[in-house]
Amino acid sequence: MTHPPDPGPAPVLALKGVSKSFGAVHALRDVCLELLPGEVHALAGENGAGKSTLIKTLAGVHRPDAGQVLLDGEPVVFHGPGDARDAGIAVIYQEPTLFPDLSIAENIFMGRQPKRALGRIDHRATRAATAALMKRLGVGLDPGRPARGLSIADQQIVEIAKALSFDARVLIMDEPTAALTGSEVARLFGVVRTLSAQGAAVLFVSHRLDEIFQICRRVTTLRDGARIADEPLAGMTEDDLVRRMVGRDLAALYPKQDATPGEVALSVRRLTREGVFTDVSFEVRRGEIVGLAGLVGAGRTEVARAVFGVDRWDAGEVEVVGRRLPRGAPSTAMAAGLALVPEDRRAQGLVMGMSIERNIGLTGLRTTVTAGLVDRRAERSRSLDWAVRLQVKYARIADAVSTLSGGNQQKVVLAKWLATGPKVLIVDEPTRGIDVGTKAEVHRLLSRLAAEGVAVLMISSDLPEILGMADRVLVMHEGRLTADIPRARATEESVMAAATGRAAV
Amino acid sequence: MTVTTPNPAPVAEAPRSGGSRLVERLLRMRELAILVVFLVMIAITQAGNSQFLSEQGVKDLLLNATILVLVATGQSLVVITRNVDLSVGSTLGISAFAAGTFLQGGGNALVAVLLAVLLGTGLGLLNGLLVSLGQVPALVVTLGTLYIIRGVDSIWVGSRQITAADLPGGFVGFGSGGLSVLPWPALIALAVLVATASCLGHFGSGRELYALGSNPEAARLAGIPVRRRILAAYTFCGALAGLAGAMYLARFGNVDSGTGNGYELTVVSAVVVGGVVFTGGSGSVYGAALGALLLTSINSVLPALGVSSVWVLAVNGVLLLLAIAVDRIVALRVAAALKKKSDRRRTAVTKENADA
Repeated sequence: MTHPPDPGPAPVLALKGVSKSFGAVHALRDVCLELLPGEVHALAGENGAGKSTLIKTLAGVHRPDAGQVLLDGEPVVFHGPGDARDAGIAVIYQEPTLFPDLSIAENIFMGRQPKRALGRIDHRATRAATAALMKRLGVGLDPGRPARGLSIADQQIVEIAKALSFDARVLIMDEPTAALTGSEVARLFGVVRTLSAQGAAVLFVSHRLDEIFQICRRVTTLRDGARIADEPLAGMTEDDLVRRMVGRDLAALYPKQDATPGEVALSVRRLTREGVFTDVSFEVRRGEIVGLAGLVGAGRTEVARAVFGVDRWDAGEVEVVGRRLPRGAPSTAMAAGLALVPEDRRAQGLVMGMSIERNIGLTGLRTTVTAGLVDRRAERSRSLDWAVRLQVKYARIADAVSTLSGGNQQKVVLAKWLATGPKVLIVDEPTRGIDVGTKAEVHRLLSRLAAEGVAVLMISSDLPEILGMADRVLVMHEGRLTADIPRARATEESVMAAATGRAAV
Repeated sequence: MTVTTPNPAPVAEAPRSGGSRLVERLLRMRELAILVVFLVMIAITQAGNSQFLSEQGVKDLLLNATILVLVATGQSLVVITRNVDLSVGSTLGISAFAAGTFLQGGGNALVAVLLAVLLGTGLGLLNGLLVSLGQVPALVVTLGTLYIIRGVDSIWVGSRQITAADLPGGFVGFGSGGLSVLPWPALIALAVLVATASCLGHFGSGRELYALGSNPEAARLAGIPVRRRILAAYTFCGALAGLAGAMYLARFGNVDSGTGNGYELTVVSAVVVGGVVFTGGSGSVYGAALGALLLTSINSVLPALGVSSVWVLAVNGVLLLLAIAVDRIVALRVAAALKKKSDRRRTAVTKENADA
């Protein structure tokens, strides 16, 4: 454990040797962290490194399996998020957690509303306090309107106002800037600086490295659930930080083979679904991996769902290998050679209680059914074949998929769709929440498929993955396609600028 | 970092701005719409049958609605939390019989009512515990308790029956007496309704019911004691079903093992017709009460117009579907309006930034 060299101020909140596992996955291993008053501390690490688990441990959502949470040097046990909040810990989560039916004012003050006599809520004071917060943040949101229908950025602002609304001694922000525009980010940083000058401890998570350097003094780096370093940022470069986060040769994690794009396999023209996405046109060629980047809520998944026919579209057309698809007909899309590996494998990709064999077999029922009956032997041999090809680690092929690890479940979903022999493969967040080893395997597989002539459209929120794997990067912002960047020119900056709409302003 | 109000002027304006006004108006409209439908229906009936709004007629309308209003009020709380209580009919039946048996034995009327409420509270608590601790869908849990309570009721009651003749005259008199056209039970229901609405609207725990129905995960992260609130909602719902049982006894004087059979579906209809959204987080007890009034009035309106009462169920069904359709359309309209407003603000901000 490396302590800060000078005795200095005592940490407000600290983790000491904290470990946390979910099933067989070690999310955190013996992690230490110290948050000092008046200091903005960065938490860096790749997706799946354990940042969210660490934050949820500090927030009282998870209780550590081993180790301690220290508040003012004393061990505490948070029995729930309420305990952490009462201890003065405010958390802004990556994905806003609002009550859509309630007003913005109620969202901010839920559980802590100003009261009048007899414990009645003072609605007027609640709204007034909210208006004051909005003024401080410099936004014109109406405190009385319901949270339903707010854009992601506005939802994030409500979350920030919520954290500001109580005297937080510790402010934890999990990618608060992901959905904000430049001026909103500047305003947020102003607030963060004021807070830390007043003595609050701040923990800041961001994928934008420049922001970390801009506002933070120290950085703790996590990799695969373990703390790699805790050091001052002064004197470090972005490259140093990336090396600590990744800790391995980038080329090994992103084994992109060069491929020569062939003819157009998927062509989407002026696709529009009212209120969701507008005028989306792009092409994916055989042998090409096209990345689709954008912020959460930009409409990427919705476009994929519409293309595959799960959702209907209002205007535009979709062609797969020169064949026009009708809207809202997934089975026609499948027959045309389209496959969609959905974002949420547990809810949409797999039937969790069913065996590996049957899950893979689901997409092949057309070929394995004879005279109305499923040919179990054909189904088994087909499933076994694919499970082996993708190196799924399982005890028996008849085991339920729920017994597999996340990475292996993802391989089963991939197997299920690859078994259809697709010409166009759409993968939505193919490596979310799976370990680094399997992640590299999935990447190798995608790369090999492309080399074999499959057109791959890869939706991902993992920027290094997009940059490492894609031949071309499409970027969406608030339902529109804002950029089409070739591999050579795709950088973190160019993609993020397009994703936040900053390029357009 | 205390919240201060440096400049009260813009604050005073904020609550009056467009979005909230629009939404508040629409929400109020939802209850207003039922009220209008109800009044139109009553007016048409009165025009067709001048006897309809006699003193006794009004009294009957209110008395018929009373029991359903009570149970629907409790049910609303549960539905707002994104749950449902299907056992209310059984609870009503067994509490009514318990109170009746107690009175038959010469018990005090007030104690009998308390007994019914307590029994209901206990059964509500049981439902609440099963739902909040078991993490099982409320529909299934309360379907189970529906049958269990009904079964226990049947075993206990057997073929026995309580009739008005077995009850003290004062109790039965209470069921039909009142302040001119306002029967006592209706006044009790009104008091319960107003108190509940005030709790939901103006107290932290009430707002938390809406919050956890609107987004359970966010409620958990906001530190709301989700299980305790759900438990409280079920307990309150059970208590009101028990109270309704006592009112049933006072009104009809006639209770057997089948009392309240199938009532839960009428209650759920009233709640939904009244605009309480079945997926939680939205609606009011006033709406539910109006829904109850509307549904029970149809029972009196159709015969008064000379229509056979066999039509009642079908009309109720049509109303239910109509209410859901209206809710859906209104929800879509509101969402579109809010989104447009958001976009406008955003464009304005972007422009401002570009100018700067």
